Amino acid sequence: MSTYSLEHKEFLKKRKRNRLLVMTCQILIIVIFLIFWEFASRCGMINTFLSSSPTKVFQTFLSLAKQNQLWSHVGITVYETLLSFILASVIGFLIATILWWNKTIAKIIDPYLTVLNSLPKVALGPLIIIWVGANMNSIIFMALMISTFITIINIYQGFISTDHYLITLLRSFNAKKYQIFLKLIVPSNKNNLINCLKVNISMSLIGVIMGELLVSKKGLGYLIMYGSQVFNINLVITSVVLLGIVSYFMYEIIIFIEKKADRN
Amino acid sequence: MKPILRIQNLKKIYHDIDGEVCAIEDIHLDIYEKELVAIVGPSGCGKTSLLSILSNLESKSDGTISFQKENVTLGYMLQKDALFPWKTILENCLIGLEINHTLNEETKNRVIRLLNTYGLGEFMNKYPDSLSGGMRQRVALIRTLAINPDILLLDEPFSALDYQTRLALSDDVYQIIKKEGKTAILVTHDLAEAISLSDRVVVLTKRPATVKKIYEIHFANKSTPMKNRRCKEFNIYYDQIWRDLDVHL
Repeated sequence: MSTYSLEHKEFLKKRKRNRLLVMTCQILIIVIFLIFWEFASRCGMINTFLSSSPTKVFQTFLSLAKQNQLWSHVGITVYETLLSFILASVIGFLIATILWWNKTIAKIIDPYLTVLNSLPKVALGPLIIIWVGANMNSIIFMALMISTFITIINIYQGFISTDHYLITLLRSFNAKKYQIFLKLIVPSNKNNLINCLKVNISMSLIGVIMGELLVSKKGLGYLIMYGSQVFNINLVITSVVLLGIVSYFMYEIIIFIEKKADRN
Repeated sequence: MKPILRIQNLKKIYHDIDGEVCAIEDIHLDIYEKELVAIVGPSGCGKTSLLSILSNLESKSDGTISFQKENVTLGYMLQKDALFPWKTILENCLIGLEINHTLNEETKNRVIRLLNTYGLGEFMNKYPDSLSGGMRQRVALIRTLAINPDILLLDEPFSALDYQTRLALSDDVYQIIKKEGKTAILVTHDLAEAISLSDRVVVLTKRPATVKKIYEIHFANKSTPMKNRRCKEFNIYYDQIWRDLDVHL
């Protein structure tokens, strides 16, 4: 191993110290918040019936686990989210490709895409239930409505902002359209595609929870809805905490994919 | 001798919503094998359009373009290097072969040989961002040569470079073209570059472009472009062509 200069060692030390500081602060924030919440509820500063407390959330969590309900609820939400995420990504990519391929189609459907994207999907909730049925299909459909249009728009935008000069280069070699797509458009849009996945996963989760709030017999959205109907705030907050954990892990998965793609 | 490329009555009109512009009126030009022809003309006169039409990037409005033999391969070197940042130098040079479906061990080795011959061997597996402007442009030339074109089309290949790199690189490119025995058409706005590099200089008129005059360039002791600039004939050609261009501000 080569020996570094003193300055470099100092630089490494500084970096390490900074990272330690960031992590300590991150942990401290959540710990202080939890302590304050627990303390406030025990001293009667806040009404535990309305705002629960960390111990009660933890107890609810344990009882859910004991009744074997924890995994089934979390699992169904994760399953629905991943399913709509994959569907939305594939559909979005395919439609964006078609639009890139044929500018006339793109021009024709442009206003419709804009309207469909900006329409508040929750307004369609009742209609979706009537049309698709009060089952999981409605939830997936809702999630797709929320995530697909924005995915199409983002991917298409990336495709058409590819450097025209590079397209000219490939055309000077008599490249066919599919070759331009595979050799230039897709690889040069790698970062954009990953960003679209990032947006898409959170959109899918939002859509799934929205769908579950409207119609479901299982899932975290169902737990939140059920909890609020029977006024079990402990259950509602526990579900929200679980939702936070789920979305964190989903984000981490995308980061993992991003790192993997970066290496290749 | 039969020309390798014959351009007759070439016409190009551009259309847009505000109307039409005639970029090329009527161009007649014969290009012979292994010669280096420079095309000069006032800026915006349709020089680049001519190359774009020859290489099939744009359609012509009228006229004929005929080649001596069938299946003539054209290599187009653009003004900017257009290297793909996510590909290594070697991968960049192989892209034309990939697109023509002619990439195999033999053609790949030919490209590697070219890279080695022209001083890029050690950068083969590096990415474009680690190369200087002059080297990137040299990679662009080798990428063009990789498909073994019969005719090279060079569109102001040095204009994006600083003056010193430009002089050095035009010497290099000249050597490469001559050594590989290529026919080349060079479009440039730099008269000195045109005169020092080429065998003939074609002067185009203002838009709509036609051929105004063609100069055969002879130097008593013809050498590299850099040395040609010091010949006494150089200035005479320069003055004549400058007058032909008829530049008014």
